[in-house]
Amino acid sequence: MSSLHDKARQLRPGIGAATLSSAWPVLGVVLLAVALQLVIKPLLSGVAGGDFYSKVILDIGINVVLAVSLTMVNGFTGQFSIGHAAFMAVGGYTGAGIVYYGSMYAYGDPAARAGALSTMLTDHHPGVLFTGGDALYVTALVAGGLVAAACGFVVGLPSLRLKGDYLAIVTLGFGEILRVLIQQSSDVSYEADEVRAAPLVGLAQLFERPRADWQAPVWARLGGPLGFSGLPFYTSLFWVFTVTGLTLLVAYRLKQSTFGRAFLSIREDEIAAEAMGVNTTRYKVWAFVISAFFAGVAGALFAHTTGVQLSAQELGFQKSFDIIIMVVLGGMGSISGAAIAAAAVTMLPEILRDPTKLVQWFPGILVLTLACAIAAWIVRAVRGVTAKPLWAAAGGGAAVIALTALGYTAVVVSRWIGHPLDIKLGDYRMLIFALSLILMMILRPQGLFGVREIWDKALWPKAGRKG
Amino acid sequence: MFEKFLQTLMDAIAVGSLYALIALGYTMVYGILKFINFAHSDVFVLGAWISFSGAIATGWGAPGSHAVVARWVWGGLFLLTAAFVVATVVEFALKRARGEGSFHIRQTRYAGELALMTAWGWAAMALLQASRQANSAMGLKVVSGFLILLCAMLTCGLVGFTLERVAYRPLRGAPRLNVLITAIGVSLFLQNAGQLDHMFGTRPTRMPSLLPDHVLTEIGGAAARIGPDGSEIAPSRQGVQVRLVDVIGAGTAVVLMICLDWLVFRTKMGRAMRAVSFNEKTAALMGIPVDRVISFTFVLGAMLAAAAGFLYSMKYPGLNQSAAPVWVLLGLKAFVAAVVGGIGNVRGAMLGGMLIGLIEFFGAAYLSTDFRDVYVFGLLILVLLVRPSGLLGSTVAEKV
Amino acid sequence: MPSDPAILEVKGLCKSFGGLKAVQDFSLTLRKGDLKGLIGPNGAGKTTVFNLLTGVYKADSGVALLQGRSIRGLRPFRIAAAGMARTFQNIRLFGALSVLDNVKLACHVRTEHTMAGTILRTRWHYGEERAIDARARELLTLFDLADRADEQAMNLPYGDQRRLEIARALATGPTVLLLDEPAAGMNTQEKIELRELIRRVRSEFGVTILLIEHDMGVVMDICERITVLDYGVIIAEGPPDQIQNDPKVIEAYLGEPTPAGGIA
Repeated sequence: MSSLHDKARQLRPGIGAATLSSAWPVLGVVLLAVALQLVIKPLLSGVAGGDFYSKVILDIGINVVLAVSLTMVNGFTGQFSIGHAAFMAVGGYTGAGIVYYGSMYAYGDPAARAGALSTMLTDHHPGVLFTGGDALYVTALVAGGLVAAACGFVVGLPSLRLKGDYLAIVTLGFGEILRVLIQQSSDVSYEADEVRAAPLVGLAQLFERPRADWQAPVWARLGGPLGFSGLPFYTSLFWVFTVTGLTLLVAYRLKQSTFGRAFLSIREDEIAAEAMGVNTTRYKVWAFVISAFFAGVAGALFAHTTGVQLSAQELGFQKSFDIIIMVVLGGMGSISGAAIAAAAVTMLPEILRDPTKLVQWFPGILVLTLACAIAAWIVRAVRGVTAKPLWAAAGGGAAVIALTALGYTAVVVSRWIGHPLDIKLGDYRMLIFALSLILMMILRPQGLFGVREIWDKALWPKAGRKG
Repeated sequence: MFEKFLQTLMDAIAVGSLYALIALGYTMVYGILKFINFAHSDVFVLGAWISFSGAIATGWGAPGSHAVVARWVWGGLFLLTAAFVVATVVEFALKRARGEGSFHIRQTRYAGELALMTAWGWAAMALLQASRQANSAMGLKVVSGFLILLCAMLTCGLVGFTLERVAYRPLRGAPRLNVLITAIGVSLFLQNAGQLDHMFGTRPTRMPSLLPDHVLTEIGGAAARIGPDGSEIAPSRQGVQVRLVDVIGAGTAVVLMICLDWLVFRTKMGRAMRAVSFNEKTAALMGIPVDRVISFTFVLGAMLAAAAGFLYSMKYPGLNQSAAPVWVLLGLKAFVAAVVGGIGNVRGAMLGGMLIGLIEFFGAAYLSTDFRDVYVFGLLILVLLVRPSGLLGSTVAEKV
Repeated sequence: MPSDPAILEVKGLCKSFGGLKAVQDFSLTLRKGDLKGLIGPNGAGKTTVFNLLTGVYKADSGVALLQGRSIRGLRPFRIAAAGMARTFQNIRLFGALSVLDNVKLACHVRTEHTMAGTILRTRWHYGEERAIDARARELLTLFDLADRADEQAMNLPYGDQRRLEIARALATGPTVLLLDEPAAGMNTQEKIELRELIRRVRSEFGVTILLIEHDMGVVMDICERITVLDYGVIIAEGPPDQIQNDPKVIEAYLGEPTPAGGIA
């Protein structure tokens, strides 16, 4: 059957067309990110509570990257990883080490030297877009991803032998071991001279505690149990949006390709997949590597976010669970589902922190819903599907708004009741979160979209029939 | 050297038996429902905290501490009972709505019995407190300790029952990941509920000691040898003290495990449990009340976890707040014990618990304390790579 | 015909599970274009033979040559790449995937995709995806499934699922096709259509077919030669009319004749 090869050769598009259709989404993402950073950010910083909004947007972006990357392992391939935060930690610490000690080596202090693209400070207006500090930061992002990917390869290897829950437990064990190792590293070095004079010492000394007569190699001093402090903040709307966009793009392209089908086939039926010629081990390891890469990049983003202390405790297995929750809520194997769930799960505890401020979230939720509806409509229109689903999308938006209003009423009422009993609603936010998680699992076990995407025809059966 | 070895061994066995007790709950639920009940370790924590509440309620706490908590012990019991009643009523209404005929009393009867027993236990403790206040010189420590253990077990049993009924049963037959997420949800719920001011609060506290404690015997050790000139030739060595509290702790754990082994392998209920674990559908066809067996398993697991919680708080009286990472890690190690032993296998869990205890304590004593978690998880990975289904676990080949 | 080299040559294949000898000394030769049946009572080891040939189980001993190349001990995906495809007795479709994706997936072994090419979407990637799509749709049309291409495979009716399994197996571009009870669960009309379909598959794709089937109507009609297994041992081999009258075969299916002439 070499005909497939010949046919593929015949059906190749022209170089121009191929390049165009391959490159425009990437360009689009970057341009949007630039616009976000240079236009929206200044606007936001003018609004009251704008900093809070932009922080939430950063958190959402990072969580979307994490959820979508985990979707490739847990959703597409059906392997079960509960050590995703460990890859994030690997990437975060690698990136942090590069940026921190790189700055110390090059500039003598770890202060941020950010161009306009990588600053979240409202009063900081550098004249240039890109500086040496940015270069260091980009290196950190990529290196964080690559080192995490290497770890993903190592962790993916047991999946050759282990299945299901057992694999999950190994990923968990890996994460815990990593946490302990990081916690045993020594304090961060604050002396530029020390860093510049740092000898490259062997791996064996990596986790030695500093003794009176001996100093740990500088690059192995990761802050120990207290966390890696003093990192410059480079993570900006631009970088978060770029990485999020590229992650979504890669996930989408993988899902729509031979790789994606192979991943999904392993999830559906490993034996049948092998019989159809899928080298299951190879794809499982690939899934781990790709997923770990993006988790690593997300970790590097996370490490350089304002208001964040990079510590191993923070990136323990509870963080992994948070990410799994996003993936499962979104629907196993749905990229858009994971992204939406990640956004919702990030926002929900913030909303519940003081539910009476829900009113302040109204405009944001409204705009987001509308944006989603419009985006879904555009995608569907481009894909040549009937335009009726606009109504479905609008209906969905209305439902979200109605639910929010309902939630708000409930909050007001419960406050009214709770007040005399001296019950602080804020204390109950995690309880409500846990309960809604359980309820969601019972009422809609397949998650938001199941394996489908938001723009899929089959997701909207009723709308389709009407059209 | 001998003393160090012996001391480590004793610690390892004491903690290992607790790991084993918790691991049993993980393993039994996994054996039957094939899912990791991540909320199990929180039941263990709940057991420890309920024991604390019980100790305060019976008046063993520091002065002034009991008034607040005792009220909420009753409140908690009341809430649980209410939750159970609500769940029952809802189920009844649902069955009615679906037209599934009249409500089946038998399934819930034994939960009712459990609730009744729990209530009696707490009532007995109240009596005890009354008698203590009447004559505070009376040393009723052991009796109240025993009662508290019993009450913690019963209450947690009830919690386990409620959890299964409310959270897990609706998801029977759902994809395993969903059940797992539900378990995580339940775990989050328990952790955060425990943190509420009205429950146990967010501050760590100290468990009053309830078990009698004195040094039973001292092994090894030597007085300092003094040379003829009065200088010290060899310094005195501290012997290993065998403390009564440790013996009682480990003894209780072992007795419970023997009881469980007997229950699983020698009784009708145990046979039913093994049958359901082997094949749920066939077991149901053979007339085994699957729902009841599953409920029973949950109750049993929760009870063992509660016992472990009590014993743990006796050995390490510093109680952390319910969401503390220490607890999570402890639960995780117990879970690792279940997996190392071969999850789904009752005797494997006991073996695994001991093994994990030994590895952890000997590693900590002879290698480095800093990496004690690494030894545990390292052992886990090693065992799984060599025997993918644990030491005593068996693999079932998929039929093509 | 006899001058053709054998496509699939199996000699002395053995497999036991614990003490149970599931397949003993199984031998078989398929030449290009053969359509051979493999029958036997329940538990005779037919599916085990398929599992051994496709690498799901590892044979204890014996020789299996596909186009002169040994396939014994290879992982299933390598055997699929070497040109052997199969269907499953208990349907094993990728339920949550669309019908189209089920077939597209099976084109997998004949593609030359790379991770970088997929992420960057090179020219070759586009060409190949288009080629796969075209080929999958072609196959679906042939199997009368084209109008259901976007449905989830698990929502198809039973008969369609069986046909989809064959379509999927063909998409791997096999030289030998192993069909495990393709007619199971089909109604009479569907069975008649299935016979036609199998004949057409053989002529249009030039594949060699080995067929396990319990429905004697189907087997006797379409197979040129039949091998009969009982308790893991071949008890008869030959053309259908010969098999139908073979006393050993009758005994295997109906039991030993008792002296009274009844059936034990």
